[in-house]
Amino acid sequence: MALQNSIIWLYFSSPKNFYPLAGKLIPFFAILAAVLTVIGLYIGFFVAPTDYQQGESYRIIFIHVPAAWMSMFIYIVMAMYAFIGLVWNIKMSEMMASALAPTGAMFSFLALWTGALWGKPTWGAYWVWDARLTTTLIMLFLYIGFMSLESAIDDARRASKASALVAVVGVVNVPIIYFSVKWWNTLHQGASVSPTMAPKMASTMLNAMLIMVFAFWMYAIAVVLMRARNIILEREKQTTWVQELVTNKK
Amino acid sequence: MAEFFAMGGYAFYVWGSYGVTALFMLIEVILVIRNKRTIMQRLARMVRMNSQVEK
Repeated sequence: MALQNSIIWLYFSSPKNFYPLAGKLIPFFAILAAVLTVIGLYIGFFVAPTDYQQGESYRIIFIHVPAAWMSMFIYIVMAMYAFIGLVWNIKMSEMMASALAPTGAMFSFLALWTGALWGKPTWGAYWVWDARLTTTLIMLFLYIGFMSLESAIDDARRASKASALVAVVGVVNVPIIYFSVKWWNTLHQGASVSPTMAPKMASTMLNAMLIMVFAFWMYAIAVVLMRARNIILEREKQTTWVQELVTNKK
Repeated sequence: MAEFFAMGGYAFYVWGSYGVTALFMLIEVILVIRNKRTIMQRLARMVRMNSQVEK
């Protein structure tokens, strides 16, 4: 069984086999993302009650928390792929790392943006140099640094090696973001949902938020697989299978 | 209906968050799809040129 599993992994670590697999999976994740978004937003706007302290402004939570969680989660996954690519020299891993970066950067920006628009009515300021906000901003810069370094080096494999170091070193920032609200006295509230406590919010609010987390997760998988396919085409353009694919499409 | 869109006076903050999020996610998908098209066209041209050189 173990051998069988490792053979499957080896099989799909080849870009030639990964490309059609990703193509088959994309519609599945895209449809799941759309359905979950509709359900999540319906519960979030029509079932979940108005917050007794924050009024309707709290409804930003249904995209703020999913965006923030995904930005951290994608960073960890990106760093893992980058590390595997760096140590074991697996091309598909390098390509996955670079496919993840733009989506992760977008989610960190959206976490900051929705946070700013939530912070203004709640704290009275769009931005404060609070530990949680500052470390999230650093993560956005790490994503941008990763992408810029990669695009600054012409040779794709060398570019991946160099940018992988940024990804791996920068991963130390993720636990700092996560624990920042515990370690420092921040304006940002502490965790409302954590593995060790009962959630501190109404169950319909929590359900809507968790459904939106899964919706964003499925969206991220779909769009990252689409981008990974583009990267495969670019980097494998000298291979016969890509050239045949291109000519057969015409 | 109007009451729903007013969001209890927080319309700017709530719809500003949702609008930009939806816009970014939509643009990301469009960019990736367009990118695929241009790559395909460029690679097809490359293959054509190479086959002409061989002849």
